[in-house]
Amino acid sequence: MSILEMGKVVLKNLFNKPVTERYPFVKKEYPSGARGKVNIDPAKCIYCGICQRKCPTAAIVTTKEPKVWTIDRMRCISCNACVEVCPKKCLVLDVMYSPCSAKQGTDSFRP
Amino acid sequence: MTEQTIIDITIPELLGKVRECQEKGMRLVQICCTRLPEVLEIHYSFDLEYAFTSYRLTLQNTDTPVPSVSGIYLPAFLYENEIHDLFGIKVEGMAIDFKGKFYQKTMKTPFNPAQPSGEAK
Amino acid sequence: MSNRTIIPFGPQHPVLPEPIHLDLVVEDEKVVEAIPSIGFIHRGLEKLVEKKDFIDFVYVAERICGICSYIHGMTYCMSVEQLLKLEIPDRAQYLRTIWSELSRIHSHLLWLGLTADSFGFESLFMQSWRIRESILDIIEETTGGRVIFGAAKVGGVRRDVSSVKLDEIMKKLRVYQKEINTIGSVFLNDTTVKHRMQGVGVLSQADAKSLGAVGPMLRGSGVSQDMRMTGYASYGKIGFTPVVETAGDCYARTKVRILEIAQSVDIIQKCIEQIKEGPIEVKVIGMPDGEYFARTEQPRGEVIYYAKGNGTKFLQRMRVRTPTFANLAPLLATLRGCQLADVPVIVLTIDPCISCAER
Repeated sequence: MSILEMGKVVLKNLFNKPVTERYPFVKKEYPSGARGKVNIDPAKCIYCGICQRKCPTAAIVTTKEPKVWTIDRMRCISCNACVEVCPKKCLVLDVMYSPCSAKQGTDSFRP
Repeated sequence: MTEQTIIDITIPELLGKVRECQEKGMRLVQICCTRLPEVLEIHYSFDLEYAFTSYRLTLQNTDTPVPSVSGIYLPAFLYENEIHDLFGIKVEGMAIDFKGKFYQKTMKTPFNPAQPSGEAK
Repeated sequence: MSNRTIIPFGPQHPVLPEPIHLDLVVEDEKVVEAIPSIGFIHRGLEKLVEKKDFIDFVYVAERICGICSYIHGMTYCMSVEQLLKLEIPDRAQYLRTIWSELSRIHSHLLWLGLTADSFGFESLFMQSWRIRESILDIIEETTGGRVIFGAAKVGGVRRDVSSVKLDEIMKKLRVYQKEINTIGSVFLNDTTVKHRMQGVGVLSQADAKSLGAVGPMLRGSGVSQDMRMTGYASYGKIGFTPVVETAGDCYARTKVRILEIAQSVDIIQKCIEQIKEGPIEVKVIGMPDGEYFARTEQPRGEVIYYAKGNGTKFLQRMRVRTPTFANLAPLLATLRGCQLADVPVIVLTIDPCISCAER
């Protein structure tokens, strides 16, 4: 039985630095393996469409003629499936998330 | 992987088998229904010291009522209301009958849409 | 004989993270009976298996629950692997065990915070979630996701973790273990906390068995049952004894969870000691055929994945029985006869995860 068990912790917290980060003065560093948004190097892409077939949420649409690679950021679940199957290794998963947006839309890339 | 046994039973045998399980001190693990192209299957699964047994009941259609086992295992009423709501199987004598209001859904029996009663309202 | 009143509890209530509705039949301040209604967030995810092929469905399985997402994905993979008769490499099994235990630690810390919140101990709530944040950071470093790990895959795991990283994790976990012990002693020894939990919501051993309770709810009532004892993943090689408490009240359930955090840290340590280099996945050949019930232990209790395939790439049926669904009947039994003010605490001690119960 004890009263004020929490007292120690509370006092420690009172005199120590805050544990939260002082955003926006200190930016949060994402770990190297974090799954953020998919980026493409359009110059290397051969528009084969394997990523489109493997995408579980059908977020990616590629067309060969004209050469366009399109992604719907709102549908993408950052699962890494497209990056794993890309034969040219032109897709990478960035650690940063895609920025918030108020309306739906797609990002298109052309060579 | 652990061993599991699946035993086929018929509707008249059901209550007797379930009572037998209760006497052995088995725990009701789950009840689930499967819609196959021709028939419906209901699994009554029990566990005793990590040994898993499942009794499989095969129904030709949803017209045949199934007796409720909630008189023997009380928690069965949750599973039975679920299969009644999703598959349209008639279960007789549930301990608490939600009368189709267990899940809120737009179709009458969403997991068994082939039934004439399963069409959207 | 006093008048009976029906008080609706939920679906929106400050202590409830997710919507469940209870009709509490109250006599003065005493609850006589509770009738649940769920179904506010039924999504019909089980039906989706007929439209997604068995490899893609793992993404859906992971999203059934936001807290024990990894174990959902892993159990789904286990059930399909059994249908495909795949032999999973050792390293993948150990990584699966490590991630399962990390998700158990973060889920239990989340629960401890919510419970502290339910009896109005805000600083304890903040402190628990602060430690949970560090666990989430470990998870993000190893899998890339914080809550949805995305690391489970039919045939193995999607990512490898280097041995340097594993040693770092262990060092960090030892530090966090000390912090968890500090807040654990507040939960277990503080007079005010004990006052709210001891003798509240008692579930007897016989009731726990007959009502089909699972997880900490069952172990808090003195029944030693833990699906990890069946030895799936690499639990068979590690060996442990389930944490059991006999009182059956809210305090016992809290104690089980706090001790399980320490146990999880030990299991992770044993895994890191035993893990060997090797492949992390096998090639998936063939199509699922047959039926299988995969059973694993989630932070909330036993989860069951029933998979039935017919040799095509679409499974015929995928059924999930989540621990919260099994714990609903015991919840109603514990609510009978309790005080109205204790209802939030009792509802929280089953660790309700309603969207996972309704799928």
